[in-house]
Amino acid sequence: MTELIIFFDQIYKILFLLVPVLVSVAMIVWLDRRVWAFVQKRRGPNVVGPFGLLQTLADALKYIFKEIIIPASSNKVIFILAPIVTMTLALIAWAVIPFSETFVLADINVGVLYLFAVSSLGVYGIIMGGWASNSKYPFLGAIRSAAQMVSYEVSIGVIIINVLLCVGSLNLSDIVLAQQNLWFVIPLFPMFVIFFISALAETNRPPFDLPEAEAELVAGYQTEYSGMMYAMFWLGEYANILLMCAMGSILFLGGWLSPIDIFPFNVIPAPIWLILKILFLFILFALIKAIVPRYRYDQLMKLGWKIFLPLSLIYVVLTASFLMYFDLLPG
Amino acid sequence: MIAHAIVFYIFSLIAIISAVMVTVSKNTVNSVFFLILDFISISCLFIMIGAEFLGMIMLIVYVGAVAVLFLFVVMMLNVAEQKNEWFNASKRSSHIPVGLLVSIIIFFELIIVIGGWKYKPDLIDSLAIEINTELTNTQSLGSVIYTDYVHLFQISGMILLVAMIGAIVLTFRERSGVKRQSYFKQISRERNEGIELIEVENNKGVKIDV
Repeated sequence: MTELIIFFDQIYKILFLLVPVLVSVAMIVWLDRRVWAFVQKRRGPNVVGPFGLLQTLADALKYIFKEIIIPASSNKVIFILAPIVTMTLALIAWAVIPFSETFVLADINVGVLYLFAVSSLGVYGIIMGGWASNSKYPFLGAIRSAAQMVSYEVSIGVIIINVLLCVGSLNLSDIVLAQQNLWFVIPLFPMFVIFFISALAETNRPPFDLPEAEAELVAGYQTEYSGMMYAMFWLGEYANILLMCAMGSILFLGGWLSPIDIFPFNVIPAPIWLILKILFLFILFALIKAIVPRYRYDQLMKLGWKIFLPLSLIYVVLTASFLMYFDLLPG
Repeated sequence: MIAHAIVFYIFSLIAIISAVMVTVSKNTVNSVFFLILDFISISCLFIMIGAEFLGMIMLIVYVGAVAVLFLFVVMMLNVAEQKNEWFNASKRSSHIPVGLLVSIIIFFELIIVIGGWKYKPDLIDSLAIEINTELTNTQSLGSVIYTDYVHLFQISGMILLVAMIGAIVLTFRERSGVKRQSYFKQISRERNEGIELIEVENNKGVKIDV
């Protein structure tokens, strides 16, 4: 009996986490388009609902009622599996994100590694979709994105090591609590910048959206997808972007902590601070989409392997020696 | 405890079935996908026995990087279209003797290894050591690797580095006629290098040297 209660309690908690995440993904798509429009002096979606807030819901409704077309020569099982994999991976990662000291679904020892593992699995949705479509554009898009995501994961991994050196734990709550006095964005500012750019590349956002470069590859790996399956790719992509923003705010911006521990700030509940930080990072993502031109493929690889990887490795050595010299090593 | 056992058997069943499917499936790309499924279920088993660090590293290294490269190679070489030749009835007979020979040798090797297996006495002693439950898996692993086994750790790192450099040297070939971008050259270009004012004589034109 008690097991059953625990089981339903968990399901309730999961729903309590997933439904807000999905709703905020819909809102964030609207925000993305709005920011993009404002930079270009357009209005953006402003018709459906107040300020056009319901635009994404309308779009989703449209996708649901569209026919799903499965190409005759595609590998059907993998073709259908691909958007499901993308969506699932984007959602399961939220299990370890701590919204406050007590509000976290799974407070596991290896939280950072879990996040890193899930985000490195994200490439499979894209490869599977691209290969199973059995068509040139999706395949080229998939190959590009696989190389891109694997390259940038390496530098994200090294950046995470920098943060872990300062914390001495892989638990996400410990990482946030270690920033009570000083957010890591201050001592590790260069790493924050590199993390942010790598996150752009990892989520295939402009200026690194080569896998779906519309001028060369139509829509990249999504070319053959339609209806609900396309919408799932799309939702998964935005959930991933939100996740990267959450990861950035936990690793560098102090997660749920308020910026200063004085009256008007510390009464605001902790989850609100995390959401504000995620929104801040997301608006940066959206601005960059609007103002930076797309990179060429060789530039992308050069940036990842020849600039970011050596820089972050050097910074690991610097951080480690600094902590060692001043005897600040944790644990 | 029963739930634990059920979950364990589900994962191990998936692991075994997908391991069999890796060798049996006709399409090589499907084999790689089954391999990935195998890796994932094995990392779940690692997590179940409390080795969460090993499980996550397994996911990151094998599934996140190695299997992606496998997929890459399999997809790029177009072996998917050739199918697995073993299933070609005419070729089957020629593959069986060799395969049988190899598997018999491996089988006997396994028998010899397992039959002659003896635990070192100091290993049995170390099994009796109490496990420190206050330290997490990762912490205890780190405290051993970077102190007692630091040399072995460094040597394995060096071996990997040498292997990487070797692979690069073997496959690297200098290609001529490739236009390379040099940021430094582009940025340090000045006006008088790029623009030249020329008085053009009537009906003569200008010779442009490149």
